[in-house]
Amino acid sequence: MAKLPVEAPELVRVFGPTLHRVPAGGWSRTTEDEKLVKTHCCFCGQQCGIQLRVQDNKVVGFEPWEDFPFNRGKLCPKGVKRYMQAEHPDRLKHPIQRVEGAGFEAISWDFAMQRVVGEIQRIQSTYGKDAFAVLTGASLTNEKAYLMGKFARVALQTANIDYNGRLCMVSAGAASKKVFGMDRSANPWSDIPKAKVILAAGANIAECAPITTDYIWQARENGAKLIILDPRMTPIARNADLFIPVRPGGDIGVFNGMLHILIERGWIDRKFIEEHTTGFDQLAESVKKYTPEYSSKIAGVPAEMIVKAAELWGPAPTSFLMHARGIEHHTKGVDNCMAAINLVVATGRIGREGCGYAMITGQGNGQGGREQGQKCDQLPGSRDISNPEHRKYIAGVWGVEEASLPQKGLSAIPLVEAIHAGKIKGLVSICFNPVVSLPDANFVREALEKLEFFTCIDFFLSETARYADVVLAGSLMEEDEGTTTNVEGRVIRHRKAVTPPVEAREDWKIICEIAGRLGYADKFSYPSSKEIFEELRIASKGGVSDYYGMTWDRLDESNGLFWPCPEVGHPGTPRLYENGKFGHPDGRAHFMPVEWRPSDEMPDEEYPVILTTGRVVSQFLSGTQTRRIGALVDQTSQPFCEMHPRLADKYGIGDGDFVKVESRRGNVVVHAKVVKTIRPDTVFVPYHWPLDRSANNCTNRAIDPVSNIPEFKICAVRLSKADQPTDSIAMLEVQAGGVR
Amino acid sequence: MSEAAFFIDYSRCIGCEACVNACAECDTHRGTSMIHLETIERRESVQTAPQICMHCEDPICAQVCPADAIKKTPDGVVQSSLKPRCIGCSNCVLSCPFGVPKYMSGIDQMMKCDMCYDRSSVGKKPMCATVCPSGALTYTSMEEIQRTRQGIPVNSWKFGAEEVKTKVYVMVPREVTRVEIELVQIHTTPSALPNDPYDVALMLEGME
Repeated sequence: MAKLPVEAPELVRVFGPTLHRVPAGGWSRTTEDEKLVKTHCCFCGQQCGIQLRVQDNKVVGFEPWEDFPFNRGKLCPKGVKRYMQAEHPDRLKHPIQRVEGAGFEAISWDFAMQRVVGEIQRIQSTYGKDAFAVLTGASLTNEKAYLMGKFARVALQTANIDYNGRLCMVSAGAASKKVFGMDRSANPWSDIPKAKVILAAGANIAECAPITTDYIWQARENGAKLIILDPRMTPIARNADLFIPVRPGGDIGVFNGMLHILIERGWIDRKFIEEHTTGFDQLAESVKKYTPEYSSKIAGVPAEMIVKAAELWGPAPTSFLMHARGIEHHTKGVDNCMAAINLVVATGRIGREGCGYAMITGQGNGQGGREQGQKCDQLPGSRDISNPEHRKYIAGVWGVEEASLPQKGLSAIPLVEAIHAGKIKGLVSICFNPVVSLPDANFVREALEKLEFFTCIDFFLSETARYADVVLAGSLMEEDEGTTTNVEGRVIRHRKAVTPPVEAREDWKIICEIAGRLGYADKFSYPSSKEIFEELRIASKGGVSDYYGMTWDRLDESNGLFWPCPEVGHPGTPRLYENGKFGHPDGRAHFMPVEWRPSDEMPDEEYPVILTTGRVVSQFLSGTQTRRIGALVDQTSQPFCEMHPRLADKYGIGDGDFVKVESRRGNVVVHAKVVKTIRPDTVFVPYHWPLDRSANNCTNRAIDPVSNIPEFKICAVRLSKADQPTDSIAMLEVQAGGVR
Repeated sequence: MSEAAFFIDYSRCIGCEACVNACAECDTHRGTSMIHLETIERRESVQTAPQICMHCEDPICAQVCPADAIKKTPDGVVQSSLKPRCIGCSNCVLSCPFGVPKYMSGIDQMMKCDMCYDRSSVGKKPMCATVCPSGALTYTSMEEIQRTRQGIPVNSWKFGAEEVKTKVYVMVPREVTRVEIELVQIHTTPSALPNDPYDVALMLEGME
């Protein structure tokens, strides 16, 4: 069915999001009988260390964990309040199934499993194996990410598994693989304060990776210059030595323009280029035409800014380049990243202290989640599903015939398009809220409604789970043991603080039981998640992301280990590419010439304004968790449209007025926030909210041809002043999609 | 190494409100945040500023309290009002040059930042300075702050004619020895202000 059983407001009434404001046991003081569980934040890729205060199998608060080296006790507001997701009134505690006209009813696990397995078998026998798809997430532990890939390939034998990292790290990963031959931040964060110039492109660090702020400020105390590229003056840009308010989609103008000047003025490392790289001549040729004036037109900023950026970057003794979704969420996302990385390699400032490169991973396990084989084209250990050697090795680990492993399947956006086109009939989803997080949300909702059967594993009834036939009550991060891999490539331990409530189960147990009932019990019988990690170690052995030398005990003792870690006793590899040794078989970095091209949808007369989307500090991704925590919702209670006074004046819009932001695909009505800190040709709407408050009603689902990341960061819209909406969705609480 | 002190660096603040949320987790007033996080003028810039109690050497709030309800500990931490004494008159709220004390109508009492006395008195850092991800709020030794920062810490203030010395330091440029705050006209006309440095449109002047 996969249609809402009743209208959204009725589902909100029963399942929330409602706001949790007071911890379990009330605002009590710390007591003697509490235990402190050292674990990590469940939200972003920084994976800050935190101690959860636990009493009577309930998480009652937190205590900073100052000894964990990455964040040394520091947290952002999401980390401070993360404990409030436990003991939440909205929590799913039983499996539930859809009842037409009524909503959802609780069912037994046995019945739920029978239905799910029966539907998988019916759909696969009727339409073929690939007609049942799997969507997963990069907030899953390494163990679960690995298990989901194995589940799809072994138990379902479907090619169609992909994950929400497709909306996050794939452009950066693909670019890194092409240039460096590996997909990981090249340096530990401890190298940042040692750099004398830092370039951060498309990275709202203060709001999306707040812990990184202190590393950057510390670099500046040590004399570093800071260059920021962003269409908006974010908090980290306010004090930058050079803020370049680049036009969305214009980043290549800045990067190629900088490289043009570096070459012209001799600020490149000829010896390094000669000894450790390939393709420089073609690269140099490609940037010849990127004079400051030509680059300026592409970037939409004065030529002097590009010259100044080159003058800061070029002669510096050490440097660190980092980027995030701002340059990656484009149909040329991979090219944007490669153009940035070319600046790193051309100056030879990589692979040594204070010299480096990083992509700022967004999701909790954004790094590990893209290594363990839950991508449509990938097997564990960052192996390639179309490589016969790789297939053979993994088939051996799993004890199956190589021929039984599916080939490459569809990535997230084409997968949803195949559902819309009626080619995929069944779906199991975990850790993914595509109704809020995917672009072109109206299309996504239409697609889900076409499924014959949809089952979700979730701990809350997310906006996507509302479309499910059966929802299986899964586990929160603090209810299971496992590992994640943080932004630096450091593999760390998440520890179980409490058990799942009532009948909710650990996610991996749910998957193993489905696999068992499908006839693969022998391949999915793990006594605990630790044994999944033990198998993952072997599956990753010899791969690029080699975890073989890591054990949970080693991770516990060491505050985490960096991959590759090929042997037990190996210290791990905090810094990659030392001594100019890169990941390609020839050991060299491969320069990638990049030519600017327009975005898929450029502003025109009908839709004259650029819409770009992003995050706010108090919310995380689709808000499934953070829109349920009172303090975080209070901080930014509803989305808004940031616009420059000059643009606002043109439409007669004042600060706080309602404004309709409308693209060819849909619209959103939110409050205007009139600020001078954004380009006058661009508006910004954060995307954490659902339904009529979803910025993704407007965004474009065009994808990068290499990474298949959607173009969240630019689409064309028109603006108009609006009246306050008063329909039934608008009247919902703000965290559910209402407006006030 | 000297004992730990509190340092505020407004230039580092990113407005994330980790301090606001963590303050509400302090055992002595769990559930209520005592810190102030000011957004200066959002239309003009993204500048924000955290404000904890500065713990004045001679606290004006205590001086003006008619009920003698505000006490300073021997180690210089100015406490919230004493419940049996506080009459909720809000003299302290009005007199504080930093705008720190809050009158809590629900309990008819003034409460304020006590530098997480339950933590700082036993050698732990205050909650806000522990979690602050930007280092805008830092609780460390004087030697450490001098070693790691370009600016210098000062704790001497002048508000018009009134001189104030505080336990808490603020980071300022090296040439500054005292923070001098003149009485300013609140509603200055825009033309009297310097060209605003944070207007992105001005940075793009001359572009198509």
